[in-house]
Amino acid sequence: MVEILGHLWDGIILSVQPLNLFLIFIGVVLGLFIGAMPGLGSVNGVAILLPATFLVPPASAMIFLAAIYYGAMYGGAISSITLGIPGASTAVATVFDGRPLALKGRADLALVTAALASFTGGTIANVLFTAFAPPLAHVALSFGSPEIFALMVLAFATFIGLGGDDIPKTVFSICIGLVLAAVGYDEISGAPRLVFFDITGFMHGINFLVLAIGIYGIGEMLWTIDSTRGKMTMTEARLTVDGIISSTKEAVRRGWKGSMIGSFLGFFVGILPAAGATPGSLMAYGVAKMVSKNPKEFGQGHPGGVAAPESANNAASTGAMLPMLTLGIPGSPTTAILLGGMVIWGLVPGPRLFTDQTEFVWGLIGSFYVSNIIALVINIGFIPLFVWMLRMPFTILAPTIFVLSVIGGYAATQDMHDIWLMLIFGVSAYFLRKLDYPVAPAVLAIVLGPIAEPTLRQSLLMSSGDPMIFFNRPIAGPIMVIAIILLLLPAFKLIYDKMRGKKPATAE
Amino acid sequence: MRRAEIVTAGILAVISIYLMWKSTELDIGYIRGDGPGGGAWPFWLGAVMLISTGFIAFNWVRRTSPPSHSSAPFLDDYGKKMLLLVGGGVAGFIALIHVIGVYGAMLVFLVYYVRFLGRHGWTATIAIAVLGPVTTFFFFDVLMRIVLPKGYLEPLFIPLYHIFL
Repeated sequence: MVEILGHLWDGIILSVQPLNLFLIFIGVVLGLFIGAMPGLGSVNGVAILLPATFLVPPASAMIFLAAIYYGAMYGGAISSITLGIPGASTAVATVFDGRPLALKGRADLALVTAALASFTGGTIANVLFTAFAPPLAHVALSFGSPEIFALMVLAFATFIGLGGDDIPKTVFSICIGLVLAAVGYDEISGAPRLVFFDITGFMHGINFLVLAIGIYGIGEMLWTIDSTRGKMTMTEARLTVDGIISSTKEAVRRGWKGSMIGSFLGFFVGILPAAGATPGSLMAYGVAKMVSKNPKEFGQGHPGGVAAPESANNAASTGAMLPMLTLGIPGSPTTAILLGGMVIWGLVPGPRLFTDQTEFVWGLIGSFYVSNIIALVINIGFIPLFVWMLRMPFTILAPTIFVLSVIGGYAATQDMHDIWLMLIFGVSAYFLRKLDYPVAPAVLAIVLGPIAEPTLRQSLLMSSGDPMIFFNRPIAGPIMVIAIILLLLPAFKLIYDKMRGKKPATAE
Repeated sequence: MRRAEIVTAGILAVISIYLMWKSTELDIGYIRGDGPGGGAWPFWLGAVMLISTGFIAFNWVRRTSPPSHSSAPFLDDYGKKMLLLVGGGVAGFIALIHVIGVYGAMLVFLVYYVRFLGRHGWTATIAIAVLGPVTTFFFFDVLMRIVLPKGYLEPLFIPLYHIFL
């Protein structure tokens, strides 16, 4: 332990050298803006700026890229909260409660909560990373397809069991999201699948952002204009020092539980190969809702609903570094690019990295701690700017959001077909929302679909078609049982209410 | 609202059936040594969707879901006008991208929305309509190297490419 602390201290010293500190600062600011821009996520920032880092030593380059990664995780929350469009897939769950808070004029509370939760998530993950890197990497490797699929089922089950929305409509929403994720090529046989009306634009699949921006950018705006009769004033968020302090207190009081759940869950899901920050943040949201005393408040603007996904995505981004460094297996697209960078610099990831390249590894870990603090400070510093943006008249904000939606949708896939599709999704979402169809589960499903389907098929292949594979394995079994209990929860509630002679829960 | 609820459920049921039918283009059964066929996953999801619409219809008959016993119109006059002006505006914006590119279309859309729907003054309108495309150009084309479509306005951008790219 003392040895680890010694290494960590050396690493922190290394990362506060002027060049590295400067790179962290630039990286965090760039990441913040890249993350906040819909359509661009940490993966774009890291991929585009990787060549620019060949000018500095590998350790500094890696520190710079990690800072972008970190900054983007903080930044994703900003557009989710202020504009209602998820800045990146990792911030999808942040919209669920961040947006309602902003509409209530509490954007400052949501932003402070997001910043503090991100900091908490990052810090807890860093400590876990420092202390347990090698053993955790081995636990993560014991997660096979059945375990990952069970986790996915659990994520959907929380939405059905605890969503509080009309159940058939929630199920429909999840299924359509999963089907949309299946469009394109069948990964296993390579055959084109669900290419509707033989339009070639469907061949490359439907990017989750097309659905997410369609729903949250276009559909949500139409809904807002309609329901407020165009007399929308976005927020009256007061920005006094006292206001910020009281928001901070409220953020801590109502968000700490979500942050804790998000930090641990996010870190662990982040470690799992093929999972990463997006499922981590969605699951953290589900679990935070599940254990909350007032699950009904989630989705209406509960700080815990912002804290859980935000702490989870930061924790997961640190977690994802773990298998990359210790085993050479990237846990997310961004870490895959970082891995590529390390190979270019002649560093071989794997167990030997920790012994052969001590300075590099600990410099990087030290930089996580430093980046985290810098990101918190910069993020809090920018809050007045973001809140000020929200005070623009709605007739200026609305076209800005439409424009950002269209550009963001285009930047993600660079295909005009997807922009039209986005408009169709947006208008459909607006209609469905009027009829009480929950739209969030569809977004969750299109994000998790590309993980759920292959893991299901691989599991069934492993077991020659026997579904018991999800129940008779030591990790998958309990997860699946919990998921099924959650799925049946509404039915139990119905029976319970009937027995007490009350009207069924659906009749409101 | 009540009529819209059942009509929507009907449309969604048709979509579900279409998805199931479309999925059968690939194998929907279990292939020995290969696992479930490529069509199985979307086929069964489509089936679950169809069952859900059945339940939605059942709740409609029982009048248990809020929209199924609401007499408010699905789209009132304001809603129709809004959909036409705002939704139509966005559709026009996207259509214009094909012709005059993202930057030209953005300028036209911002002028349309800020000046004519928002009724702001010309000064504010011009400021926003010019600032928007300029900022976007520097962020996407220059900094992020994501080239947005320019349509027939491409020649105007060639000098800018020489300077910044």
